[in-house]
Amino acid sequence: MAESQQNYLQIRNLNHEYEAGKPILRGIDLNFDQPGIIAIIGPSGTGKSTLLRCINRLINPTSGEVLFDNVDLTSVEGKELRRHRRHIGMVFQEYNLVERLTVIENLLTGRLGYMSAWNAWRRNYTQDDINNAFELLEMVGLKDFAKQRADSLSGGQRQRVGIARAVMQDPYVLLADEPTSSLDPKTAVEIMELMDTLARRKNIPALVNIHDVSLAQRFAVRMVGMSGGHVVYDGPPEGITEDHLKQIYGGESWLS
Amino acid sequence: MAVVKDYPNPFERSPANTIGVIVIAAYLIYAAIDMDLSLARFLEGLGHGSALLDRMFPPNFTRWELLLDGLIESMQIAIISSVVGIFMSLFIGLFAARNMMPAWVSSPTRVIIALCRSFHPVIIAILFVKAVGFGALAGLLTLIVASIGFIAKLFAEAIEEISFKQVEAIRATGASFTSIVLFAVLPQVFSRFIGFSMYQLDSNLRNSTMVGIVGAGGLGGTLFSAFQRFDYDFVTAILLTIIAIILLGEFLSGKVREIFQ
Repeated sequence: MAESQQNYLQIRNLNHEYEAGKPILRGIDLNFDQPGIIAIIGPSGTGKSTLLRCINRLINPTSGEVLFDNVDLTSVEGKELRRHRRHIGMVFQEYNLVERLTVIENLLTGRLGYMSAWNAWRRNYTQDDINNAFELLEMVGLKDFAKQRADSLSGGQRQRVGIARAVMQDPYVLLADEPTSSLDPKTAVEIMELMDTLARRKNIPALVNIHDVSLAQRFAVRMVGMSGGHVVYDGPPEGITEDHLKQIYGGESWLS
Repeated sequence: MAVVKDYPNPFERSPANTIGVIVIAAYLIYAAIDMDLSLARFLEGLGHGSALLDRMFPPNFTRWELLLDGLIESMQIAIISSVVGIFMSLFIGLFAARNMMPAWVSSPTRVIIALCRSFHPVIIAILFVKAVGFGALAGLLTLIVASIGFIAKLFAEAIEEISFKQVEAIRATGASFTSIVLFAVLPQVFSRFIGFSMYQLDSNLRNSTMVGIVGAGGLGGTLFSAFQRFDYDFVTAILLTIIAIILLGEFLSGKVREIFQ
């Protein structure tokens, strides 16, 4: 698969409001130009999920630019949008697997952006796709589950499938919306390790929304702190201080 | 001095409730009197009934060729109309689903479904007999319309109840709308669609024996002429055949549902 070396992703003055007059994102400016995990932390409701969904246009931002693969994603529609979207892999908190499809079929849905619906309907995947899917499945340790239905897996296994599905898209960037929040601590670490490995192997940035600050610091190459729709910290993970955390989450009684 | 205050009984019957019960009872009595319902009339009816039963048994299968012709035509009407109706309903149901389509698509589609549902199949059958003439074609069209009116609505409702998380995930892969429908919507509704479709086949089998009564082909026509010629023993034979067909359909649809859980 072709490795993407371009300028990854730039967000310029991004604003979004679900209801007029109640902005969720206020003038976000971010440049993503290095591979590895970029952790986005911040309290619930501060717009972390909205930010990720504005990047791949599952949500249409109110204003601003998202520069990706040499186009402004906010200005494209239809086929053009889908052609870029297929290079943005997304991982979800609740995994969002298609429960009644088998594990391998779920992985191969990552190729839907590359094929016609007719071919997809007839399950006409290329041999390359099928090989990649099985190799990826083996890499995430689920080789024996290929033919099982996705709803028979445990949470950690499902998230591995979710990540593998995103990687099947041959992404230039990964978006992960709280991928570990529904998992136990050990599994959460394993999932972060997997994301880190894959991001490095594919040499792409992985934007990860995450609540667990110490877990984020352990894996991230960079951290972004958000509060009230603004970016309030952007820098190396070890640069985060208690003062920053107070500013991001508010209050201090929760800090021991 | 503390005054002990009684709380109102939360289960006290409201006056509106009492009035409602009285009104319904009064109407029932009025309607029965107006229709001249009486025990004497009922007993007289029983006498007619026993005379009819006498002539209906034993069933007479000597004209089995006539019966078989009607039966085959009914089954053809039922099966073709089910297949066509279900196929069309897949699309109409999708277009009517408000979570997948903008209002300017779903609203007119819902009107079409409502139109298909607004008349009993007998009335639609009469209209089609007038429009395209006597015979199986009218019955076929009738049951297609009836199928769309019924299962397109159920399909639409099933689609409206799906989990959007799976749709969101497939959309994020860059999949086209058609691929999203095939991979995120269809797997979630497939087994319910099978259930609805089997139910519709069942109901079309039943209705295909009815449309003949108004001249739209099938076993119903045979049944109606047997009634008119007072061949009550042949009527019994036809009714038994219909029961057998319905039971067979029930059994087969149960099997199909089992296969697709």
